[in-house]
Amino acid sequence: MSGASRRAKWLTIILFLLPSLIGLAVFSIGPIGYSFLIGLTDWNGLNAWDLAAGTPNFIGMDNYAEIMSGEEFWRVLRNTMYFIVLYIPLILIFSILAAVLLNNKYRGIGAYRVLFFIPVLTSWVAGALIWKWLLSDDYGPVNAILAFVGIDGPAWLQDPHWAMPGIVFASIWKDMGFFALILLGGLQGINPDYYEAAQMDGAGMWKRLFRITLPLLSPILFFVIIISVINSFQLFPQVMIMTQDAGPYGATQAMVERIYKYAFKYYKMGYAASFSWILFVIILFFTVIQMRLQKRWVHYDG
Amino acid sequence: MADRKLRQTLFYLTATLLALFCLVPFFWMISTSLKTKGALISIPIQWIPQTVSVESYRKIFTFFEFDRVLLNSAFVSVGITLITLTSALMAAYVFAKIAFRGREIVFGLFLATMMVPGQVTIIPIFIVLKELHLLDTFTGLMLPSIFNAFAVFMLRQYIKTIHDDYLDAAFIDGATQATVFVRIIVPLSVPIIATLGIITFMGAWNDYFWPLVVLSDKAKMTLPLALSSLNGQYGSEYNTLMAGSLISMAPIIALYFFAQRWFQSGLQLGGIK
Repeated sequence: MSGASRRAKWLTIILFLLPSLIGLAVFSIGPIGYSFLIGLTDWNGLNAWDLAAGTPNFIGMDNYAEIMSGEEFWRVLRNTMYFIVLYIPLILIFSILAAVLLNNKYRGIGAYRVLFFIPVLTSWVAGALIWKWLLSDDYGPVNAILAFVGIDGPAWLQDPHWAMPGIVFASIWKDMGFFALILLGGLQGINPDYYEAAQMDGAGMWKRLFRITLPLLSPILFFVIIISVINSFQLFPQVMIMTQDAGPYGATQAMVERIYKYAFKYYKMGYAASFSWILFVIILFFTVIQMRLQKRWVHYDG
Repeated sequence: MADRKLRQTLFYLTATLLALFCLVPFFWMISTSLKTKGALISIPIQWIPQTVSVESYRKIFTFFEFDRVLLNSAFVSVGITLITLTSALMAAYVFAKIAFRGREIVFGLFLATMMVPGQVTIIPIFIVLKELHLLDTFTGLMLPSIFNAFAVFMLRQYIKTIHDDYLDAAFIDGATQATVFVRIIVPLSVPIIATLGIITFMGAWNDYFWPLVVLSDKAKMTLPLALSSLNGQYGSEYNTLMAGSLISMAPIIALYFFAQRWFQSGLQLGGIK
């Protein structure tokens, strides 16, 4: 290649990559390093950095130690666990059911697909407002329906025990269509021969579900579970909108909500940055599990 | 025969129950948005408003100026989509079709950034925008989308499948890289551009966290932000809140009916992320 054309080639490369590279530096790699640095300080986010004058103070791992030894962090983890324990089984049941239903050829299937999907399209803010109103203690339809069957419904979002379940219901409603879509993709990949063979052997509906569908779907099911767990650690609009100030007695305090409030409401940038790194480690942990098992699990047969 | 009939009944029964679970909240939203303030706290609750009132819609457009909020959201979402696609397409072309030393390392770096959740970088990006005097501006809100590793990755995978023969023929005819990019790469990538464009647009339209951090001026608020501030100040005026929610989701749902298949492929892609 001649010198001129080589120069032209490099010019193309640089010009085409330039916007992304600037973005990578200014909005990704730079901030990642900067965030780690901030996490080592007691910076309030307002004072200009003047290291000679000790603004901000470098305090090493103190923020991390403070977070881990405080009661709040463990409460946040407990809240998240409470969410996960309720959310995962429910979302699996609902989205598998929806996917299995959509994997039929009955008339009107297209309409059902659209209906299941509409909550996925709406913003979480709008969805959270709707559910806040649905779950209203005295004037909400959920408690009205419960009263109709003779149950005295709780105060939901005002009650420390019921606030999180309320958020779980809203999340099931919001996410079902999305996971059903992912699972439907998996179902459509299963070779129909399996079902034919099973039918000839006289296997019933349930047997087919538990012996063929679910085992062959297991890699995707596992993927859905991991994504759900990661999302659970990132609850934000739900808790911000449905439970103002994260619920009664901090019952719905969540990681991202804490990070946001420490950074932009309480002006403890250093503390917030450390908190976000703890979140990173948790998410990384689940991502690595997902990648490891995905490799081992590649028997996408059929 | 009886078995088939039973299965069909069972199908319609469960599917309808699930559909009701999805729809009743929307029904309640619409019904509430048409109520007077007094009807909100009637016991027993009114599933259908006894007197239909469009007061809340009038209020949301005149008093809360949702016409401007809608425009803000439209402008920002279109802007973010265009910036993301343009920047990512350019980078993806290089990563897919132009070999150079160190390419895999740079590309690997792009991918590695996807491991870090947005919450880690949000504080420094906020500071960067503050230094650039871009806080509380649309530019500041949209600018970070010039880097989107996920979009670069998806576009690169697609562009890789375009045959080199097309490009070589064009180069022999004397086309420049820019011509090849605009005349061949972009037109042939339309399906993936549409798919990514739709999910980027929807993500921007519905986003809450990032506008919440960047914007504080009421005149610049996007829909989710305006709704949440309404919720803060008028948290019990549910007829207004529900009217606002309905208005915020109507454009996306309308778009969905026109571009259903791109939405579905887009969200399936998003799942891979």
